[in-house]
Amino acid sequence: MMETGHAIRDAILRRERSAEETTKAALASIERLEPSLQAYLTLLPERALAKARDVDARIARGERVGALAGVPTAVKDLFCVKGARTTCGSKILDNFVPPFSATVVERLDAADAIIVGKTNMDEFAMGSSCENSAFHPTHNPWDLEGVPGGSSGGSAATVGARSVPCAVGTDTGGSIREPASFCNIVGVKPTYGRVSRYGMIAFASSLDQAGPMTADVRDAADMLEAIAGHDPMDSTSVDLPVPRYADALRDDLSGVKLGIVREFEESIAVDPAMATLYKQAYADLERLGATLVEVSLPHAKYGLATYYLIAPAECSSNLARYDGTRYGVRVDGDADVFAMFEKTRTAGFGPEVKRRIILGTYALCSGYYDAYYVRAQKVRTLMKADFDAAFASCDAIACPAVSCPPFELGAKTQDPVAMYLMDYFTIPMSLAGVPALSVPAGYVNDLPVGLQLCAPAFEEGRMLGIAHAYEQATRHASAREPVAS
Amino acid sequence: MADVPIDIAYTARLARLSLSDDESARFSAQFVRLFDFIQELQQLDVAQVPATAQVIPLSNVMRDDEPVPCLTQDEALANAPAREGPYFKAPRILE
Repeated sequence: MMETGHAIRDAILRRERSAEETTKAALASIERLEPSLQAYLTLLPERALAKARDVDARIARGERVGALAGVPTAVKDLFCVKGARTTCGSKILDNFVPPFSATVVERLDAADAIIVGKTNMDEFAMGSSCENSAFHPTHNPWDLEGVPGGSSGGSAATVGARSVPCAVGTDTGGSIREPASFCNIVGVKPTYGRVSRYGMIAFASSLDQAGPMTADVRDAADMLEAIAGHDPMDSTSVDLPVPRYADALRDDLSGVKLGIVREFEESIAVDPAMATLYKQAYADLERLGATLVEVSLPHAKYGLATYYLIAPAECSSNLARYDGTRYGVRVDGDADVFAMFEKTRTAGFGPEVKRRIILGTYALCSGYYDAYYVRAQKVRTLMKADFDAAFASCDAIACPAVSCPPFELGAKTQDPVAMYLMDYFTIPMSLAGVPALSVPAGYVNDLPVGLQLCAPAFEEGRMLGIAHAYEQATRHASAREPVAS
Repeated sequence: MADVPIDIAYTARLARLSLSDDESARFSAQFVRLFDFIQELQQLDVAQVPATAQVIPLSNVMRDDEPVPCLTQDEALANAPAREGPYFKAPRILE
């Protein structure tokens, strides 16, 4: 049965149950499901139980505890956790034990969340199925033959399987929203700059953003409030007050104008089952009081091309640091430093990472830089202008999160371009930097599908409010049980 | 179908990667498909459009220069593949 993080926290605060027994139950569920799901790369039972006992002791003494007190929480293996192996899904970081924690992790600790383990992911967050993990694939709890989505696939799978109510993921071009859709959970990509990137292993620095992956919208609101905010350690984190997002949750949508994207509706129409599901979702939003207006994102069709120049360019620069010198795995090169770099990187990176490093290196080469990288940055300006124009006539956008329900493991591994196309509906928001989320919207072929909502920059509260009204009126995720739970 | 303008072996060398013949051939075929849609960007007239590097522009972000505790030498070196005393150890770069 689906149990939310806020229900767990409230029960712990009322002393109906302890954080320790809650943590033990979560760890037992994870252990029972790991043989079939393989959602984790590292489990942290000792850290989790120590934290849970600390929370219980403070509650017993009548002390104040944080907003996520006792909530079992999984962390994508891209966030540094001090003293805990952090691989980013890569062999090149197989042995890396960070000497510090990411700001997101410190804020989860400060909110008294119980971090139970590090979840599986596509290597360096490059992928849409979790199959690019250097360690093992993860299975979808709603279909064990299916992928959980990616790159935050392990986080999505463990929440979708109801082992834990909350997890953090990261989204560069859809890596929170697509797996959230595939695993029937809520996944939020905040505005770029809303959440600190300090201690997140970088993939594409102008796009990467951490966010909640949770059982319901209220959990996402609580977690976002806990992790958001300015951080002097990240010069791109924005110094704006963090609202109480839970106060923005609403139950009806009267007065809300929702934009339906003409170009996206033309794309989804090629799959009648998907189109029918989204039409029903828009009708449900209308029934709740929203007014639907058509909007246009004329440059959205250039999203993939733009993204697959900008993200690889940034990745080729960010991943230059993995050379076997200071941390991670080293492969010796007969006393020659350049041979060491090359052997280390050749042995340490998987095929998708190599592909993107080469593409990005090329896009940044002198002679091609203006034709590819700079041109992509200019199209990015047009994409952002598209969203500004759309939001002049609506409060938020409702659109597909994905083009299909979860696909089978192995179905797209031989065709990287088919895999890239999975992010068609999520990339434009990443390029524009605006917040977007996926909320469960029903089933196609008995497999979960998410609805995407998107709002202007820093209007996460508005977006979560709309998602909450929709979720409470439809209750798609809690209506069924996953195969693995 | 677009031409693949990439010299894969040369670009891999710049990125300090070595590819097997098999990998080069596979990547080459995949880049052909990728460039099919990357080339779509050439259709757009962007001569007058400014480039966006980052969508939430902040400039000259400063913080107070206050000393705070930092990693000890041992902590900073704990992940070193090889160390010698207080140093990271790597093959010589100068003859």
